[in-house]
Amino acid sequence: MQIQILLNEKKVTAQIAPDMLLIDFLREQGCNSVKRGCDTSNCGLCTVFVDDKPVLSCSLLAARADGHRVITLEGLQEEAEGFGAYIADEGAEQCGFCNPGLMMNGIAMFRENPDPTDEEIKEYLAGNLCRCSGYEGQLRGIRAYINYKKSQAEGGKI
Amino acid sequence: MLTINQYVKASSLEEAYELNQKRSNVVLGGMLWLKMQKRNVGTAIDLSGLGLDTIEETESEFRIGAMVTLRQMELHKGLNDLTQGAARESVRHIVGVQFRNMATVGGSVFGRYGFSDVLTFLMAAGAEVELYKRGRLSVEEFAYLPYDNDILTYVIVPKRPVRAAYLSQRNTKTDFPVLACCVTEIEREIRCVVGARPMKAVCLRDEKGLLVEGITEESAEKFGAYVSETVETSSNLRGSAQYRKIIAGVLAKRALLQIAGEGEKKEKEQEGRN
Amino acid sequence: MPDQIPGSNYRYVNRSVRKKDAMALVTGKPVYMDDITPSDCLVVKVLHSPHAHALVQEINTDIAMKVPGIEAIYTYKDVPDRRFTMAGQTYPEASPYDRLILDQRLRFVGDAVAIVAGENEKAVDKALKLIKVKYEVLEPVLDMHTAKDNKILVHPEENWQALCPVGADNQRNLCASAKDSKGDVDAVMEDCDIVLEHTYHTKPDSQAMMETFRTYTCMDLYGRLHIISSTQIVFHVRRIVANALDIPKSKVRVTKPRIGGGFGAKQSCVTEVFPAFVTWKTGKAAKLIYTRQESQIAGSPRHEMEVRVKVGAMNDGTIRALDVYTLSNTGAYGEHGPTTVGLSGHKSIPLYNGNMEAYRFNYDVVYTNVQAAGAYRGYGATQGIFAVESIVSELADKLHMDPVEIREKNMVRQGQTAMAYYNEKMTACALDRCMARAKEMFHWDEKPLARDMGNGKIRAKGVAMAMQGSGISGVDVGSATLKLNDEGFYILSIGAADMGTGCDTTLAQVAAECLECDLDNIIVYGADTDSSPYDSGSYASSTMYVTGKAVEKAAVELKGHICAIAAGMMECEEAEVEFAADRVRRADGTKEVLLKDIATKSMCGNREPVQVTVTHSSPTSPPPLMVGMAELEVDKETGAVELLDYMAVVDCGTPMNPNLTRIQTEGGLAQGIGMALYEDITYSKKGRILENSFMQYKIPSRLDVGKLRVEFESSYEETGPFGAKSIGEVVINTPSPAIAHAIFNATGVWHRELPITPEKILMGMMEKKA
Repeated sequence: MQIQILLNEKKVTAQIAPDMLLIDFLREQGCNSVKRGCDTSNCGLCTVFVDDKPVLSCSLLAARADGHRVITLEGLQEEAEGFGAYIADEGAEQCGFCNPGLMMNGIAMFRENPDPTDEEIKEYLAGNLCRCSGYEGQLRGIRAYINYKKSQAEGGKI
Repeated sequence: MLTINQYVKASSLEEAYELNQKRSNVVLGGMLWLKMQKRNVGTAIDLSGLGLDTIEETESEFRIGAMVTLRQMELHKGLNDLTQGAARESVRHIVGVQFRNMATVGGSVFGRYGFSDVLTFLMAAGAEVELYKRGRLSVEEFAYLPYDNDILTYVIVPKRPVRAAYLSQRNTKTDFPVLACCVTEIEREIRCVVGARPMKAVCLRDEKGLLVEGITEESAEKFGAYVSETVETSSNLRGSAQYRKIIAGVLAKRALLQIAGEGEKKEKEQEGRN
Repeated sequence: MPDQIPGSNYRYVNRSVRKKDAMALVTGKPVYMDDITPSDCLVVKVLHSPHAHALVQEINTDIAMKVPGIEAIYTYKDVPDRRFTMAGQTYPEASPYDRLILDQRLRFVGDAVAIVAGENEKAVDKALKLIKVKYEVLEPVLDMHTAKDNKILVHPEENWQALCPVGADNQRNLCASAKDSKGDVDAVMEDCDIVLEHTYHTKPDSQAMMETFRTYTCMDLYGRLHIISSTQIVFHVRRIVANALDIPKSKVRVTKPRIGGGFGAKQSCVTEVFPAFVTWKTGKAAKLIYTRQESQIAGSPRHEMEVRVKVGAMNDGTIRALDVYTLSNTGAYGEHGPTTVGLSGHKSIPLYNGNMEAYRFNYDVVYTNVQAAGAYRGYGATQGIFAVESIVSELADKLHMDPVEIREKNMVRQGQTAMAYYNEKMTACALDRCMARAKEMFHWDEKPLARDMGNGKIRAKGVAMAMQGSGISGVDVGSATLKLNDEGFYILSIGAADMGTGCDTTLAQVAAECLECDLDNIIVYGADTDSSPYDSGSYASSTMYVTGKAVEKAAVELKGHICAIAAGMMECEEAEVEFAADRVRRADGTKEVLLKDIATKSMCGNREPVQVTVTHSSPTSPPPLMVGMAELEVDKETGAVELLDYMAVVDCGTPMNPNLTRIQTEGGLAQGIGMALYEDITYSKKGRILENSFMQYKIPSRLDVGKLRVEFESSYEETGPFGAKSIGEVVINTPSPAIAHAIFNATGVWHRELPITPEKILMGMMEKKA
């Protein structure tokens, strides 16, 4: 079947099998940031945005994305660099394999709630598993990034 | 591995219904459970074009479309105000935000899964389902009907005043529950729904009149003991039947005390306003 | 000997710099195996055995071969009859040669029955279903207690072979067996005021690295097999695959891209041989990516161990003797079986070296018909330390002694000779300072062992110590090649594997410190068996201590060559010049030449090498040490545990990059917490693993780890680069015993089997009441 997706702001038309999963479609389109870490929708590595909402691309039929807007980390490079630098400054990226999913869902969180508490951060990102970091370094990085954003916003007001 | 021969985005409920009469065809919910199955699907029927993705509020009820996501339910102010956050509490532990952005209320209810938090909550909230052919019936009744080829269109939560508390025990924070318990009081009737037993949720009522004098530490304790004794449980990876029975009593007691506390809080608010 | 890191004005040593690959990783650049290899290659999958023990009676692939797009299907009839081990260890491996690529005998649910290669995944999946196998189902050995001398043999085959004298005997289901002792343990025990004995049981936990096992193979332009694999051990892979395929080692090249985590899992050749065999046979490129389920059931998890400990002590808390017996379950194959078990005694008993008069450490490692074990962070020490640390806490309780005090009284200290650690001298040991610091930060003395919070919860604390090694003494080899290039930049080639740990960066920090240059001036390349200098690989906490030292030595040597060229350019003797970062001067200050000009000179009419390779190995393995303290709350009615605070203080020698050592610690703690509280492996009656996905095998989410606090109390290890020891493994060892201890303090019940789930806690409390 044929689908048309607005992928990272570019129109993509493709012939796909009805049971093709979005993750496989996206990787075929060169969006290699999208990773698969499990078979059971538990790990969060494959997180992408569909119509600006973070979803698991491993569990979504590409067919269902037909006519929708899909964003992967390839389409959010600037934000990823800005936010990611703070994760990097903690050394919390470690093996990096879970990073794209974390970046995506982190960005989704900031859009919904620009100033989350630690508890809100943990709850929002609970579906992003990481086996390397123990999560504390990610939290420190996220906190530092939020503080930086806040100081920028305050600076802007003056 | 799941294979799908054909994908159809239904343009009407009638079309979806017709397609769904064939055994090898299946209606897609969030597809999270379906995806993990080893199954050859003939036609996957997608309801996402039928406007079933909103929660409508009327004078007397909330009409939750079958394609509404768990995340929508989690964030819905009206539904959570009505249930003192029990709606949110029943879903917020489920895997993660991304998962809940996909899993649908309709899929959770139609599947009538043993582990379902959503079914547990809705049963306690006195909700009904609306089926395309069969019409409306209570979630409690629906939960125990055999699977058929009808299509679930709405889940309806009545707007009767309710006191509600949802509690669950999990081995890790985002795992399936070892046991879930939702207690509500609607029009002076206490319902205690025990889910993830791990069988399908079951609704227990105060048949022994343990709570007629009101909810106190003592009566809650007694009711908890009654739940623990009465509820049927079994064993799986997450816990034994015996442990579940014990926990059911504890969570029932705590949920009762929580709604009693909510009641007091409301009374105080009321007094404050007067 | 200096206790603290000398020269606090180091530019890169003990500095938290960003990992060199960090920005590529956080922005999701395509750097992993499946990202960088072509997708138009054969898809390879393995047909896994549904039986724990069976013989393939008949296998018919005719129908499966007819599926359009299927290139090849291989069965046991097609592979070389030459046994090998998948363990990534130095040759001759201690692990027995007990595998074939495909065997007629299937030894666990998940064992490989056939290999299918085809043009796409759908075709391969279809073919997998169409392979007709007639199994002769045999009775399996599933209980490790009955394995030894069982009449059912896991490896009855005649060409089974143990290369090293590890006490292995396939006719007895023994993968290894040994007895070791010093002093008269029985006599000392006899003379003790108190003797305690208990048995502790840990499960075959899964490393659960986010990137599953995966390998790509192709033929290169020289007709050699090129393996691009997510591995920690490129050189061992070369040898193992060549052995398995029965081809010359010269025909194999192995490289590793970025790796999505390893934790020891990728110290075994879990996937490599399958696509390698396909490519060797067909000449076509091939790719095998294990699913999470395959990684869970046919991977290389921790060895399940049952550790029986007996401790002899005096009423004042003096620990005089320890007697440890470990029964280790290696599963269907012996990867890392003979070696992991050693650490269960040799890295637990020495913690109590202080007043130790005698010890005994015996063990058996048995074959059973379950998933073969492998290497997982901690490598046996984790299991042994859970046992020894638990019994010392039990002893403290019996003696009504503070559990910290009993440790302070008996712990191993600087300068001691550790009798159970091969008589190694503790040249750098700050365990006492770790304990003092932890005590202070945790407010140990101000907190009771347990207190009822009045809200249905009991808050309690627990403590544990741990050690590990830094490389395998006398075995591990680390090498570094350093080369001076145009404009004066350096290339550092290594065979060690950065698997997220950051060793590409930390090794460059060592080089940059020595060469007095910017970190950006050091390019790191690795690991490639064709071009990297030989390195055993990244395991056994060896990379910083062993390879790091090689880097340091290489830098010193390279500076000599640079000075020699500079001396020639300045027409003076080499002894008259000194290296000064971006230039070389005459000591008398009369002349200097810039490094970039020396680099240019090195490429014109030059006979002095500007590339050096230094190889290092250490006769000792100085242990990193640590103390962990846990505070948690137990719900009296449900048994639920909430971890509130975990305080860890680590002595890893000089932390080369404090950010990275901290993250290593936090990550290790989280894995240890998962192991202690919920990560579990159970089997169906027929031996199938039930926790075969992330839905059932629950690793901690960020809501499950509580608050982790990490501090460092550094000793200075003279034999390590800038005083460094190691960090990677020691950090996983304290949570299990510290948490079990805290749960005892909360409930009065000792849990001697992991994981300690809410159900076990509640049932324990109820039994105690009854």
